[in-house]
Amino acid sequence: MKIAIASGKGGTGKTTIATNMAVAIAKEGRDVAYVDCDVEEPNGHIFLKPEIKEQYDATVLVPHVDLNKCTLCGDCSAACVFNAIAVLGKTVEVFPSICHSCGGCSDVCPENAIDDIPRTIGHISRGVGMGVQFYEGRLNVGEAISPPVTKALRKLDTNSEVIIIDAPPGTSCPVIEAISGTDYVILVTEPTPFGLNDLKLAVGMVQEIGLPHGIVINRSDIGDGKTEEFCHRQNLDILMTIPFDRRIAEAYSRGEMMSDVNSEYERRFWELYSSIAEKVSP
Amino acid sequence: MTELVIVSGKGGTGKTSLVGSLAALSENKVMVDCDVDAADLHLILNNRVQETIEFIGGKGASIVNEKCTNCGICLDYCRFDAIKHESHPENGDEERYWIDKHACEGCAVCVRNCPEQAIDFNEIVSGEWYLSDTPYGPLVHARLGIAQANSGKLVSVLRKQALLLAEQRGLDLILIDGPPGIGCPVIASITGTGYVLVVTEPSMSAMHDMERLLQLTAHFGIPTGICINKCDINPELSSQIEEKARKLNLPVHGRIRHDEAVTRAQLNQKSVVENGDSPAARDIRALWEGVKNAIS
Repeated sequence: MKIAIASGKGGTGKTTIATNMAVAIAKEGRDVAYVDCDVEEPNGHIFLKPEIKEQYDATVLVPHVDLNKCTLCGDCSAACVFNAIAVLGKTVEVFPSICHSCGGCSDVCPENAIDDIPRTIGHISRGVGMGVQFYEGRLNVGEAISPPVTKALRKLDTNSEVIIIDAPPGTSCPVIEAISGTDYVILVTEPTPFGLNDLKLAVGMVQEIGLPHGIVINRSDIGDGKTEEFCHRQNLDILMTIPFDRRIAEAYSRGEMMSDVNSEYERRFWELYSSIAEKVSP
Repeated sequence: MTELVIVSGKGGTGKTSLVGSLAALSENKVMVDCDVDAADLHLILNNRVQETIEFIGGKGASIVNEKCTNCGICLDYCRFDAIKHESHPENGDEERYWIDKHACEGCAVCVRNCPEQAIDFNEIVSGEWYLSDTPYGPLVHARLGIAQANSGKLVSVLRKQALLLAEQRGLDLILIDGPPGIGCPVIASITGTGYVLVVTEPSMSAMHDMERLLQLTAHFGIPTGICINKCDINPELSSQIEEKARKLNLPVHGRIRHDEAVTRAQLNQKSVVENGDSPAARDIRALWEGVKNAIS
């Protein structure tokens, strides 16, 4: 079973919930994987402290032009909707950071002068931490396009019984890449005006792509009741509420688990998982 | 005229609450919300939308079933797994090809290779952007359509519009609320700006994310300063952030204490500095004095 943890707003507690739930499931003796798809800013490793066993490059294909064959006809440049290849004087310039790797230029080249060559844009790591199979994608700093790293990471999907996917914040393409094909999406929010506004967008997103979903309200006592009202009105399942606790915030700051502060949470996260498992395959 | 952009790497460190306060404290400026996936700044600026403009993010392919002969050539060409094929003769359903619009990147490779010219390629409205008036000055903001791509392009549209407004109205400051992360919309938000203010907090996660962001601002050579929010949640890590900043020769403009007044202000749809006196409000005022000097 694949469960994604997402949110419109950043900093609501996605990684906290994903890592704590993964550890709670592992402690029940289940085979569980944690997959950090927040490839721009992956943080799961801080909490699971994995021993990394393997690392691979995440690559994309970019064009390489053989100038001995090229006649500077410009067909490649005309075909590229992303303006990533251009004939300039007596040469062809490629702009790899904005190339989407569609293969359009090599496809149209009448001289077969364009090859696709791999370019590294990030890394994927695999290891084990706290009894959890750990996977992480990491975009290189300075790269703009993150979805290919997530795609490469998702292709590694393990045979683990439960796969927990930690998504990036937002509602656009990097999030879609992370959550597509999962069985259930947990949307994490906080009961503030910003949290609610972004929750509405996140709910719109999962409904648009048609994935079952439920809500976790973190720091549930800091704001007002409007988030709960919204959930009731929209018939959204509130799976769990977590009150603000300064000791948890402090433990989080040190990279510690919630159950280090309050051992109750191990049971609560197991129950969270069980309730979702019940919904997905009753 | 200066473009000041507030970013954080990690989400939820307090960018928007801080920008709301800076909007109240600074003069003669235009505000821009570049977090186009999840824009919140308008919620505390009491905005009135004056103009709404469609955002065309790019083009997308769609198969015209009447012309399609189910040859499957498009499927072989698409590198984004966007072409879907359905064939359920056992249900009596007809075989058909269709395009998953969320996976389609609009490259046109399938359009060019379809022997029947059965694939349309049309502009896609992938969001809208707004010009608003607020008591603090004009606000340029947007709403990227749900599950849409091209957020970087939309950010560039907003920044261009803000520059135009600043020139027309003789404004001195463009105050930009940036998105989280270090990818496409962040790069579009910070390139060519005059100053980056990084809002971090004393946690291992936020520090890790800040370091990646600082590599990015150094990569683009943009002057950068740091602000530590919720500094008293972990004083030891706050000291480590300051140490890190000293080593990189970056100024720490302020330390903001963890304060429930920040959430209270948001509930009142106000900025922190306009919602009564509080430790956080005092810290933010002091911070603004430092940032003002750095950008002037």
